[in-house]
Amino acid sequence: MAKERRSVESLSDLWRAGAEQAHREVEDDGVEQQRSKQAGRDDEMTIRFVLFVNKQGQTRLAQYYEHLSLDERRALEGEIVRKCLARTDQQCSFVEHRNYKVVYRRYASLFFLVGVDNDENELAILEFIHLLVETMDRHFGNVCELDIMFHLEKVHFMLEEMVMNGCIVETSKQNILAPIQLMEKTS
Amino acid sequence: MASNSPFKPKSSRASSQIPPPPPPPSASQIRPAVVVLLVRPCGGEIPRRPALDSVERIVEDFAMDLAINPFSSGTRLRDMIRAIRACKTAAEERAVVRRECAAIRAAISEGDQDYRHRNMAKLMFIHMLGYPTHFGQMECLKLIAAAGFPEKRIGYLGLTLLLDERQEVLMLVTNSLKQDLNHSNQFIVGLALCALGNICSAEMARDLAPEVERLLQNRDPNTKKKAALCSIRIVRKVPDLAENFMSAAASLLKEKHHGVLISAVQLCMELCKASYEALEYLRKNCLEGLVRILRDVSNSSYAPEYDIGGITDPFLHIRVLKLMRILGQGDADCSEYINDILAQVSTKTESNKNAGNAILYECVETIMGIEATSGLRVLAINILGRFLSNRDNNIRYVALNMLTKAIAVDTQAVQRHRATILECVKDADVSIRKRALELVYLLVNDTNVKPLTKELVDYLEVSDQDFKEDLTAKICSIVEKFSMDKLWYLDQMFRVLSLAGNYIKDDVWHALIVLMSNASELQGYSVRSLYKALQASGEQESLVRVAVWCIGEYGEMLVNNLSMLDMEEPITVTESDAVDAVEATLQRYSADVTTRAMCLVSLLKLSSRFPPTSERIKDIVAQNKGNTVLELQQRSIEFSSIIQRHQSIKSSLLERMPVLDEANYLVKRAASTQAAVSSLNSAPAATSGGPFKLPNGVAKPPPAPLADLLDLSSDDAPVTTSSPTTARNDFLQDLLGIGLTDSSPIGGAPSTSNDILMDLLSIGSSPVQNGPPTSNSSLPAIETKPVPVKPQVVDLLDGLSSSTSLPDENAAYPTITAFQSATLRITFSFKKQPGKPQETTINASFTNLATTTFTDFVFQAAVPKFIQLRLDPASSSTLPASGNGSVTQSLSVTNNQHGQKPLAMRIRMSYKVNGEDRLEQGQISNFPAGL
Repeated sequence: MAKERRSVESLSDLWRAGAEQAHREVEDDGVEQQRSKQAGRDDEMTIRFVLFVNKQGQTRLAQYYEHLSLDERRALEGEIVRKCLARTDQQCSFVEHRNYKVVYRRYASLFFLVGVDNDENELAILEFIHLLVETMDRHFGNVCELDIMFHLEKVHFMLEEMVMNGCIVETSKQNILAPIQLMEKTS
Repeated sequence: MASNSPFKPKSSRASSQIPPPPPPPSASQIRPAVVVLLVRPCGGEIPRRPALDSVERIVEDFAMDLAINPFSSGTRLRDMIRAIRACKTAAEERAVVRRECAAIRAAISEGDQDYRHRNMAKLMFIHMLGYPTHFGQMECLKLIAAAGFPEKRIGYLGLTLLLDERQEVLMLVTNSLKQDLNHSNQFIVGLALCALGNICSAEMARDLAPEVERLLQNRDPNTKKKAALCSIRIVRKVPDLAENFMSAAASLLKEKHHGVLISAVQLCMELCKASYEALEYLRKNCLEGLVRILRDVSNSSYAPEYDIGGITDPFLHIRVLKLMRILGQGDADCSEYINDILAQVSTKTESNKNAGNAILYECVETIMGIEATSGLRVLAINILGRFLSNRDNNIRYVALNMLTKAIAVDTQAVQRHRATILECVKDADVSIRKRALELVYLLVNDTNVKPLTKELVDYLEVSDQDFKEDLTAKICSIVEKFSMDKLWYLDQMFRVLSLAGNYIKDDVWHALIVLMSNASELQGYSVRSLYKALQASGEQESLVRVAVWCIGEYGEMLVNNLSMLDMEEPITVTESDAVDAVEATLQRYSADVTTRAMCLVSLLKLSSRFPPTSERIKDIVAQNKGNTVLELQQRSIEFSSIIQRHQSIKSSLLERMPVLDEANYLVKRAASTQAAVSSLNSAPAATSGGPFKLPNGVAKPPPAPLADLLDLSSDDAPVTTSSPTTARNDFLQDLLGIGLTDSSPIGGAPSTSNDILMDLLSIGSSPVQNGPPTSNSSLPAIETKPVPVKPQVVDLLDGLSSSTSLPDENAAYPTITAFQSATLRITFSFKKQPGKPQETTINASFTNLATTTFTDFVFQAAVPKFIQLRLDPASSSTLPASGNGSVTQSLSVTNNQHGQKPLAMRIRMSYKVNGEDRLEQGQISNFPAGL
């Protein structure tokens, strides 16, 4: 079987020879799908994405740690937001979606959603969300939705200090904020 | 969530303010910020309270910035956001974004220096909204190549947001990255490491791995931690490099800085996944260090810097426990070594805080994952028990999650919590209910099946409508799995039917009927129970069908209280009561066609069981003669004619169904339900037929019984079906068990009709396909007169298949000749699993038309990228000459754009004729539609 499969790969040239022009669009789609497949297989990632969404379902920050095309992002955000916003406060903070989990928490009008692998510790992710909020709070002082919108890049700086490639790097607020503060002081 | 946890989403607040953090620790507890290297040297003293002072100033400064300084021409970021928010329609928003993008593009092409930072910030916002921003990519690269820190900072952020590793632009940045990795400023090094860790590709990983390795030895902890995380990405992209990082990772575990430790632990986990040598190496070299870290961090008193919800660095705890799980898995020595510390963590950690529970949760998972002692396992299960009884939904959710995993390790221990788990099935939160139900399903065994089922069925009575479907499916599955005791099985099924008959899948009640037909001693009990249930809850569709079927079959047992069980109380049902019940069902507004058809069959049978009611039944049946539904009209006409004109054969015609073949049915069902679980209405009859059915034949099963019925009055009545007469003969032969072997499907038509007619014998799922031999004995002789009788008997019972069967997705596809040349012919036949429309199994058959044998025959195929193809090995590589036998090979094709694009395939066949290589190729575009 393995032999046959390999021959199929080599045959992709054969396919292309005749169908390059006619199927360019088709191929692009195919490549796209292969890519997202690869990203899906790469399931070592602990955190897949961090999303801030307001009550109206508008995205206020989006950071993905795996590659998704613009359309895929929009679809994903739409689906997840619909699922999470429909839940009541009494229900638990975890939603299973496709092949991963979404851990979410609501602070006033903002929802913080973190997509994680199935074997990730959900409770710890809740703590992570809270740490993130506390860090923003310390920086902005009583942070609100507008702070995040107008200082999007700073929130990204913080997030970048905290999470890298889907792994948590730093959990001390002071260490997280130090580079941002230094930069602001010098500029 | 524990009530004193810091997690209190303050939804009650009116404004959009996010609640303030817990009071900051006093100034003396704050360690001075690490201010060693700045982009521009800034003299002066380190402020005492950097966090609070600077934040305010910065916010003000930034506001000033926006108001006066560079950002005054063009729109400011803030204005753009306002403009976008003010948009009322998506079209307006697009217009604003388009305008902004045009302005940014112009600024970029003019080489504008002043607003680069702001333009990037705008681009990020636009990107977040989901608009394309590729034109900003080059600007990112330029910013990265700039000298100043702020430019680099925003440039790198843009890089990670707007680009990904698959874009070729990324190659251009390798050089800048390399320079920055060697920069003297640790913040710039940090930026480069961060970007590399987020987006590097395999090639970049190879190029830059030496730099990262070197930075792992750097004396600055912030650089070290980022280098460690960067290494994770590198190892993931190029697993061969794992060995280079082993010793460095182990030595990082000796550090004090938590950021370094957490990164190092994660690097170790990645190394374990990447190579077995690394796993062995780390087992030997870093276990001690891990135990020390865990002990230190769990014993440490209050540490403000890493305090999270009252616990010192739960994230580090959790990562260390995770790594311990990987190391201890399947290794008794390692497991023993960490036993003590795990016991310590699981007893000492506070369980009244969310962070503490997160640690306990991870600890339990580690204990379950390694070769732990039994004492430790008991400890772990007890923790889960405590979790389960917690009032916080989050905690209960993770407990159920964990118990599902623990069940493989220690079923008995999980069984102890059965009562609590059952309570969770009734929880208000659907996430919890689903988890709990799955867990209960796993917990069921021979000893507890009866009480558990009782609980679930009791709950079915009061559960939410949305949850009933899941619950019913699980109950039915449990009941069928443990149906040793038939009486119990029947009782449970009757209850489920009366409570949730509308949610029951067809194959479940088909199976119930098969079982009843086999359990002759319980038929009386069944029909009486169902009669009572029908009176009580006549709106449950499945219940109605089963009850009506039973009343028709076993009506006399209902009326005469035959074969009473000991515990049963006799009921008084007159013959006309039974007819009333069926008539009421037939006339009920909500009954669907299948149910009504079954009612008619039932009435017909009753007319033979209870001769006094015959007249009345005749009238009821006759009312449907003008029914607009063809199926009902036809039945009505046929049945009226039986009642009126064929008294002589009526009783033998309406005898009780032959016992249905249980084993045969179960096998069929297993085969068809595997794939068809999701499709509610799929009639198994359709799937049990072979792939050779022609669509036109399949579409017309109903006329066949009509023809047969009319045959009664005139022997040479015209055959109204589309199938040729020979086909019917085939069928008749089959029925009598004659020439079964001869009727192998050679051409399309005979086999098709054969299939159809065979299907007509079935109740829905054709359990009596092998029936004819058994029923043979009841026929007086093989003569022409009785012969047609049998099909009607059987046909009358087929109410289900003729009306509900054959949804489109199960339609068969014709076999095609995929390729034909002077020497070679290839035919494809197709098969689909129900419920998976995009998957097709193609059976390719190769025939050699030449006079010489082909050897080393290899068939290859190529498909466009939206299709996935898997080739199974061919049955042989030698093709005998002159069409004497053929080689077959099966291909599995998944069309990811099913319904939008048709299948297409290019093929190439290579083989040897007399030792000489031959090659043929072609394209197949005549696939049937709908694949």
